[in-house]
Amino acid sequence: MAESSTTLHESNLPPDTIDRHRAIVSLMEELEAVDWYDQRVHAATNDELRAVLAHNRDEEKEHAAMMLEWLRRNDAGFAEHLATYLYSEGPITEVEENTKRAAGGEGGAAAAGVNAAVSQGDGSLGIGSLKGK
Amino acid sequence: MDDLHRKLAPISKEAWAAIDEEAKKHLSVSLGGRRIADFNGPLGWTFSAVEIGQVQGVEAPPEPGVSAALRRVQPLVELRAPFELSRRELEAIARGSKNPDLDAVRAAALAIALAEDRAIFHGYPAAFITGIFEASNEYALPLTRDYQKYPLVVSEGLARLHANGVGGPYALALGPDCYKGLTGTATSGGYPVIEHVQRLINGPVFWAPGVRGALLASLRGGDFELTVGRDLSIGYEEHSSAAVRLYLQESMTFRVLSPEAAVPLVYR
Repeated sequence: MAESSTTLHESNLPPDTIDRHRAIVSLMEELEAVDWYDQRVHAATNDELRAVLAHNRDEEKEHAAMMLEWLRRNDAGFAEHLATYLYSEGPITEVEENTKRAAGGEGGAAAAGVNAAVSQGDGSLGIGSLKGK
Repeated sequence: MDDLHRKLAPISKEAWAAIDEEAKKHLSVSLGGRRIADFNGPLGWTFSAVEIGQVQGVEAPPEPGVSAALRRVQPLVELRAPFELSRRELEAIARGSKNPDLDAVRAAALAIALAEDRAIFHGYPAAFITGIFEASNEYALPLTRDYQKYPLVVSEGLARLHANGVGGPYALALGPDCYKGLTGTATSGGYPVIEHVQRLINGPVFWAPGVRGALLASLRGGDFELTVGRDLSIGYEEHSSAAVRLYLQESMTFRVLSPEAAVPLVYR
């Protein structure tokens, strides 16, 4: 187990913060495993071993995706940014600006002093858990 | 699924953003149960019931030599608070109005927040929800209107949680009377009583309009479960030339898993 799994940096944390810590550390571990397997796939000299390593690497990608989805459902900040960037088109560094422009432009919601990103697109206000707040 | 029909409403993006923001602002302040319960969801509008792992015997056997047992589940209840906004007011938002009349949004937000919290704290038998006050009744402590004695009651409540092996962190949900009483009372030394209480709790102490009395509870997790299908959302119902009718909606249910993890403080 990675050291980060057993180490919290603060005490008296609410349970949902600790759960998010668990998820973030798990995501880190899955991505690390993808990287390790990926390197071994290219280093291995035995074809059958290479196939097994590639299979395992892709399984880790599935685990990482599942963990990311859990984070999206339980962390409004992640949800907002993932909604902006995932499956977007064009230069990634311009996605945020393009999204804002599409949501209202200079004369739109931002200029009116309101938050255009409150609704999650499906109509949800994104309130979720308020535990410990 | 787009059964909220937001796109059918004659409402600009700017007005939708203002409505959503207003609702979110008031819900975040008024919802008390979500500050204590574990949040399971959102599981989607199609999610209908929580499995509770129990069966109910069926008296009439389906065949000789065969018994039957019916699986029991706890269904989600759909809560809906309709409200109406003037189209003139919504058009003003699109023109840049900074102080639109959104009182109806505030009233609906408070109504649905009270509905959710009353179910969590005091139960909603028609929706098969047992509230924390009822489930944890055997651990309850009496309150008086003498708020200078409040820290003693809270200390006793904390001792009761410790005695039952319930660890922290802890939180205190204050109903309107308790909140008003505590914020308006000072100790004989002039020290505000609510600050004394806050030091004892060493965790969230908050106003919860849906609570009658107050509730001391553990935040350790695994004790109170709020299950949400659709989280609080705003949908469109209909409109006329003068007004648009919308609604706030959610589907939810609630279960107390460990009654010993809460101490209700109840006015005598």
